[in-house]
Amino acid sequence: MTADPTAWEQSSVMRVVPPLQPRKLAKVPFVELADGRLQGVVSSGSDIGRVYVSSIATGTHAYNCSTNNNRPCGGLLGAPCKHLRSLVDEAVVQYGADRVARYLRVEGEGITSGSELVSRLAGQHEPAPAAVVFSRFLRHLAYLELPVTTAPLAELHWFPASGAVR
Amino acid sequence: MLAVQLAALAEDPPGVGEALELVTAFDDALAHGLGRLGEQGAQAVTALAGAVAATPLGDRTGEAAGKIAAGSVAGEHLTALAGARAALFGSAHDALLARLDEALGRARAPWAEPVSGAAPADNLLAGCRSWLHELAITGWRGVGHDLVAASDQTVEALLAEPAMRRLAVLLDGLAEELRASSPVATMARLPARRWADLWTRALLLSQPGWLGGPEQGTPVSGRLLILGADVHEHGTVVQVQVHGILEPAGGGEPRLVRTAASATKVDTIAGPAVWSLLQGHPVLMGALAGQRALDLTDMPLLGSGDLVWHDDRAVTGEPADPFATARVLLAGALAPATPPLDRHPARIAEPVLVEGYTTVKGDGEITLKLDGGTLAITTDRLPSCGPLTPQLVAASTACVGLLRWDGGRWLLQPLGVQATVKRQPVAAHNGDWAQGPTDPKVVKSLARSGDAVAVLRERAGRLLRR
Repeated sequence: MTADPTAWEQSSVMRVVPPLQPRKLAKVPFVELADGRLQGVVSSGSDIGRVYVSSIATGTHAYNCSTNNNRPCGGLLGAPCKHLRSLVDEAVVQYGADRVARYLRVEGEGITSGSELVSRLAGQHEPAPAAVVFSRFLRHLAYLELPVTTAPLAELHWFPASGAVR
Repeated sequence: MLAVQLAALAEDPPGVGEALELVTAFDDALAHGLGRLGEQGAQAVTALAGAVAATPLGDRTGEAAGKIAAGSVAGEHLTALAGARAALFGSAHDALLARLDEALGRARAPWAEPVSGAAPADNLLAGCRSWLHELAITGWRGVGHDLVAASDQTVEALLAEPAMRRLAVLLDGLAEELRASSPVATMARLPARRWADLWTRALLLSQPGWLGGPEQGTPVSGRLLILGADVHEHGTVVQVQVHGILEPAGGGEPRLVRTAASATKVDTIAGPAVWSLLQGHPVLMGALAGQRALDLTDMPLLGSGDLVWHDDRAVTGEPADPFATARVLLAGALAPATPPLDRHPARIAEPVLVEGYTTVKGDGEITLKLDGGTLAITTDRLPSCGPLTPQLVAASTACVGLLRWDGGRWLLQPLGVQATVKRQPVAAHNGDWAQGPTDPKVVKSLARSGDAVAVLRERAGRLLRR
């Protein structure tokens, strides 16, 4: 709102987390930048009841993809599989290429697409905890199961909805 | 509002600036961590305690400051300091609101302490407190992924308990910001005031007995005329808070009231899609979208002026334009008291009507000018789920909004505006899309990204119950 850094530091109400862009969720229902990884859940193309858990670590770019039952993904043949590529593509839509590249610490300027970002990843396949990511996804889904409440939540005055641009 | 009223708000009440300077120094100490205070940090903590020395908090806070300055941090000491910080904001709130009431000529009801039910179990709260203690000892600058992740289980447990919803959404919002900012040491500057506010509130809310049981309220009947909708949101929650005026059945003073509906959600559900989460309250949403009055029967009203909404105790009434309501009733309506423990300038949200102004754009913000008086408009509080845009606000000449105070000044948050676009008069309100967007462009873009709620519910149905 104002360019004065002191005023920003001494404001109670402002947006700290940049707004997300809307995207189609069917293929990749869950993407997050958390726990030092770009991680998420990708729906299987063939089995409606199966999902893949995919992740790329910050810094090392070590990647992994497995089913939610911890079977390794068959597409991981020395390079990121199609699930990992979808994960990166959707992360770029959701967060913007800059924010994803910065979080993963990917070298190079002017990355604008998921494929450019994948081509600059320096890591290798390394096993990673799929169960942690999957349980974060289940927890994420559980938010939609809680009932609507009508008792006033006074603390939300610190969290105004924003982002109107059209 | 009139120019003379704007002028009365131009200057802060005496003492507010000095109180907030003490807070700023304390917030800086909190950023570096209370576990290893330097000389400056020790001074800040001592000065904060000194400010409340003459109050009932004096003894405990003085002792806490001494211990923490000497490097020995215990939970009760942190609570005492949080109490002192909250007390300073409480007094700033009271001074600012008194100034506002005087300027507007607004009458305000006195606070009456409610009777509340039994307090919830303490084991959940103990988990919150220990995470908050850890944060304070470490300081924001030391926060990384592991410390943020340590809150996950606590938040999950709190969310399952409806009486704890306030604390749950607060902690979740703070954790989301810390997660997005981790490792915090790499940030060029910190939202120091904000995070210290959230920490303070969370620590106080997690004291045993603070939240108490749900307050029952007093049943009220009458006609509710809507002024507008204020929307609150972070990644995992959305709350629509409706401001309105209640005309009690059988006569009596019209009263300023609010009512809210909130839903937990995920961050990928944003923009106009959030309304779909609140369709369990069709009467309230219908009245918002259709600009209708509501006839209430025995709706519980809390001492804070909040109606606890029950959709089955309301019936849609006649058409009611928010601008007409504001013009006719706002000046004479009785405002509610703020619950003592909620008093903080960020909580001030006073409905006002401003008309016949011009706007000036500059320095990334819009300023309203009225007969020589000025007031900044917060365009970053226009929700993406409604039709108001900065362009529309800049073209407006009348506004129903909320007066806010932040960063050392008063701000106007529009809830609805009347403007002239292409020589045609238009009116737009935050709640216009409460039953779905009415702008064909927005309908189309919503359709393009698909129904996020339906997709995730389908996934949840398949994966959660196995």
